[in-house]
Amino acid sequence: MSDPMRIRAQVQGSGAIVRVLMSHEMETGLRKDAAGKTIPAWHITEVTAALNGKTVLSAQWGTAIAKNPFTQFTVKGAKAGDKITISWVDNHGDKRTDEATIA
Amino acid sequence: MRAIVLLGALVAAAGPAPAQTSTADGIAQYRALLADGNPAELWEAKGEALWKQPRGPKSASLEACDLGKGPGVVKGAFVELPRWFADTQRVQDLESRLLSCMQALQGFDAAAIAATPFGKGEQVNIEALVAYVSAASRGLRFNLPQSRAEERQMYEVGKRVFHFRAGPYDFACVSCHGEAGKRIRLQDLPNLTINPGDGVGFAAWPAYRVSSGELWGMQRRLNDCYRQQRFPYPGYASDATIALGVYMGVQAKGAQSSAPSIKR
Repeated sequence: MSDPMRIRAQVQGSGAIVRVLMSHEMETGLRKDAAGKTIPAWHITEVTAALNGKTVLSAQWGTAIAKNPFTQFTVKGAKAGDKITISWVDNHGDKRTDEATIA
Repeated sequence: MRAIVLLGALVAAAGPAPAQTSTADGIAQYRALLADGNPAELWEAKGEALWKQPRGPKSASLEACDLGKGPGVVKGAFVELPRWFADTQRVQDLESRLLSCMQALQGFDAAAIAATPFGKGEQVNIEALVAYVSAASRGLRFNLPQSRAEERQMYEVGKRVFHFRAGPYDFACVSCHGEAGKRIRLQDLPNLTINPGDGVGFAAWPAYRVSSGELWGMQRRLNDCYRQQRFPYPGYASDATIALGVYMGVQAKGAQSSAPSIKR
């Protein structure tokens, strides 16, 4: 079971700025462990953000993204009290969705 | 011949200085960018959940744990550690105190956890707890108690350990941390024999290490310092490491804690 994301969403100008911290190993599949065996790839492949249920961002991620990734974006037209939902799917098929209210 | 020698001296004198300033600026910029999304927050959240969750053979939470300001008081506890505890009759730092609480309240085997390698088993949970407890004192100023003879003794012991030269490199903590303006590669080394300032040195740990994606408490920090000095590894939560904590903590009196911070 994955750990929850930390989402901060604040009104900025005519939209909102959203900052997300995700907890994920983001293993590239290129590293080897102490025994010399390749550590299998394990990383987020897809990230989506929705504002009140409507998708506003969709991204394909790969091995170049760091461990415990941080992502930041702005949503035009978002208002205080709106719900922002972030979801990710990794290459194991694990999913995680967390929600925050824009402040 | 003389011209060549002179040219050599000029290059040596002028060469590193501007590069050093721009490097330091570059690092400062990089740190500022990182600080906004410090993944230590993930450990803080996990630690808070662990603190309140009934765990261990006794299925108890840590909410009755006394970190020095009374049972269950987390805020402000970190900046007064290490300190003397009456129940264990020891001066303890945060990690050793957590071990005591986990044994007394939750029924864990503290010695077994201390012997567990970093990043494995219950050590992972201690990292999260350390992040949570230190975050509750973020922005507060270090003020270690020195009212008891035991605490003052630990300070003196820590001072000696800090200055103790040994090992194949004939190194001591003070070799690197004894004067300002030194660095290892790109890392500035704080002078820990004085108060190095707000959020520097002792006041910057625990911290998230970007290079390894791990959260390091003071125990792991010290363990790695000793590895770099080619010393034998100090015991986890041993009196020597706690004495060093007392020494650095007392020197840092009045410095604002930025823990858990973010490091390269």
